[in-house]
Amino acid sequence: MAKEVKHPERLMAKEIRHPQPTFDEETRAYWEGAARGEVVLQRCRECGTIQHRPRALCVSCFSDSIEHFVASGRGQVHTFTVTRQNQAPPFREACPYVLAYVELEEGPRLLTNIVACDPETVRIGMPVQVDFAPSENGLAVPRFRPA
Amino acid sequence: MSLRGQIAIAGVHEHPTRWAPDKSEFQIMAESARGALADCGLDLSDVDGLFAASMSMGAMGIVSLAEYLNLKPRYLDGTNIGGSSFVSHVTHAAAAIHAGLCDVALVLYGSTAASNRLAIGTGLGGGRDASASFVSPYGLTTVGSYALIAQRHMHEYGTTSEQLAEIAVTMRRHAGLNPAAKMRAPIDVQDVLDSRMISDPLHLLDCCIISDGGGAVVVTSTERARDLAKPVVRIEGCGEAVCHPEIARPDLLKIAANQSSEQAFRMSGVTHDDIDLCTIYDSFTITVLVTLENLGFCKRGEGGSFVEGGRIGLGGELPINPDGGGLSSNHPGMRGIFLVIEAVHQLRDECAERQVAGARTALVHGTGGTLGVAHSGATLILARD
Repeated sequence: MAKEVKHPERLMAKEIRHPQPTFDEETRAYWEGAARGEVVLQRCRECGTIQHRPRALCVSCFSDSIEHFVASGRGQVHTFTVTRQNQAPPFREACPYVLAYVELEEGPRLLTNIVACDPETVRIGMPVQVDFAPSENGLAVPRFRPA
Repeated sequence: MSLRGQIAIAGVHEHPTRWAPDKSEFQIMAESARGALADCGLDLSDVDGLFAASMSMGAMGIVSLAEYLNLKPRYLDGTNIGGSSFVSHVTHAAAAIHAGLCDVALVLYGSTAASNRLAIGTGLGGGRDASASFVSPYGLTTVGSYALIAQRHMHEYGTTSEQLAEIAVTMRRHAGLNPAAKMRAPIDVQDVLDSRMISDPLHLLDCCIISDGGGAVVVTSTERARDLAKPVVRIEGCGEAVCHPEIARPDLLKIAANQSSEQAFRMSGVTHDDIDLCTIYDSFTITVLVTLENLGFCKRGEGGSFVEGGRIGLGGELPINPDGGGLSSNHPGMRGIFLVIEAVHQLRDECAERQVAGARTALVHGTGGTLGVAHSGATLILARD
């Protein structure tokens, strides 16, 4: 069977209208970083463990001596799926979209979306770069595009 | 002192309904309770421990259920760890009975997920609070999170869609032998591959069905169970675990079953070779494949070849879900109780056409929450007296 020929513009993923994130004191630094266009991670001053998601204590040594630092925003696709059915708005309108775990250069993996490319071209191991979608509440949602 | 062998499952009942728009969850639970108590020859006045969970029961749900049943138990447990809750409840009931905190425990589940038109796999969004904000902006569905696992498994080990489809085909063949199963028409591997893609690489027929339903399990001491109506099924081992893949650099393919089954096997003294059948949570085909690896029935990465060649079918080396599982029999959202019920029926030799001949020892494994994000696992090893 002949493969359907798609118009080039149709190959680009549709824009996802991300629901707005909210934060509390434990996650404030991450989301304020995102609003500045930075991926902010936590590092334990005692044992050096880098962790995500943010929390008050080190997941490795249970120390409460946690510092924040700006990560490179570079990583690679650890795993992904092209979501073709999601009945909940606003994702219903965004299908097909790519859901992925991106492994950052610094180690932690973020659940995120891969955008700005044809969903069919996403592969495990693909290098990606963070990309931010501003949200109406003044924050921003980190997602990734091909590097 | 271990509770191994000292606690038993005395009565079980699977509610026959798959579509019940006229019933409430509590009604399904109560009807199931009546069935399970009748099964072993007890009545509600014998029950002094109550265990239940459902998708809509909140913190006070167990209290409301006790009121509905007009029951005044002396031990209550409304633990909700997702679909594995009821496997976990059997463990908790065994511990409570072993400790003398109750004598006869009733484990209940009821759901009207299908008639409520609940889009379990492809519709439930995350919350809006701070902890959900790391997930909710991205459109994670239940199918999507399992698809993340499947894609990674395929990448690391070359597992194929045909191998995953083999699991769906086997469950459907079993369902054809179960008069109560919702989906009984045979399917083949090509049917699975031709069904529409929901979230790559999972097709529609890689996903469980959605039904209404419920069930009940009666747990008591082995000594007391021996005086009751049905053959005794002893609890030889049990274990539970949680797994959360998002801290630092987690291994997505090492799931909670790894820890919970290790505990259950150690307690039981049983080896993998002793297991005659398994009932395994089959929310998706990939769930069965990675669970088999993590339970230790095959090496990591070998799940794809393990499920081929009829090994997990009736008459095979390790039959899985003779009732047809969640992929074809019933899946009202939290399926764990049916894993226990089917294993007990099999060990009592009550399964007619779908009976695993000579079944003496069964392994039950429930998964709750979602693989790929936070999930729970609960394992039971059961043996015919």
